Amino acid sequence: MSYTIAAVVGAVAALALDLAVLRTRLVLGRVFWLSYVIVFGFQLVFNGILTTRQVVRYRPSAILGPRLVGAPVEDLVFGFALVLMTLSLWAFWSRRVDP
Amino acid sequence: MRHLTYLAVLAACLACALWLEPVLRVGVLRRWRRLVLTLVPVVAVFVVWDVVAIATGQWSYDPGQLVGITLPGRLPLEELLFFIVVPLCAVLGFEAVRKVSGRR
Repeated sequence: MSYTIAAVVGAVAALALDLAVLRTRLVLGRVFWLSYVIVFGFQLVFNGILTTRQVVRYRPSAILGPRLVGAPVEDLVFGFALVLMTLSLWAFWSRRVDP
Repeated sequence: MRHLTYLAVLAACLACALWLEPVLRVGVLRRWRRLVLTLVPVVAVFVVWDVVAIATGQWSYDPGQLVGITLPGRLPLEELLFFIVVPLCAVLGFEAVRKVSGRR
């Protein structure tokens, strides 16, 4: 469950970054979720290839077990944290650099 | 060719989003300073996460499907590229949605 815990902590940290630290508040708007749905679709395809072909292998005790298109559910939470942190920073730097 | 598997997945991922730059003129690559300021913290955080996960055995990589360049912390080169390619694709998608929907 170590990956499970790390993924949840990562997602909560990304939410805190967006809502409280950088105050970009993307998760309260529509554009982020529309973008995330698109990214999520591609993630299922490409992460699915990496996991079903076993380019990446997970220690069974590190994950809960349920998988979606080959990828452990933890990967989806990991992906959410990665995308939210990225877009929050991108939005934060808006108007501060390269307007 | 099997050693190019992971790299090919990254290239395909990039190809799916990169066309947005010239076609929709999202201006992501043009705003490269903002892009660098976004990517540096993301790469730093996720590389550390990855290195810790590798060190504690949460996941591992099939050496037969990697180009074979390993960075400090036993990090495959492809993983570093992953943390550049995926955020770049996400930003391109985000800007494309903003452009098409005309919203913030």
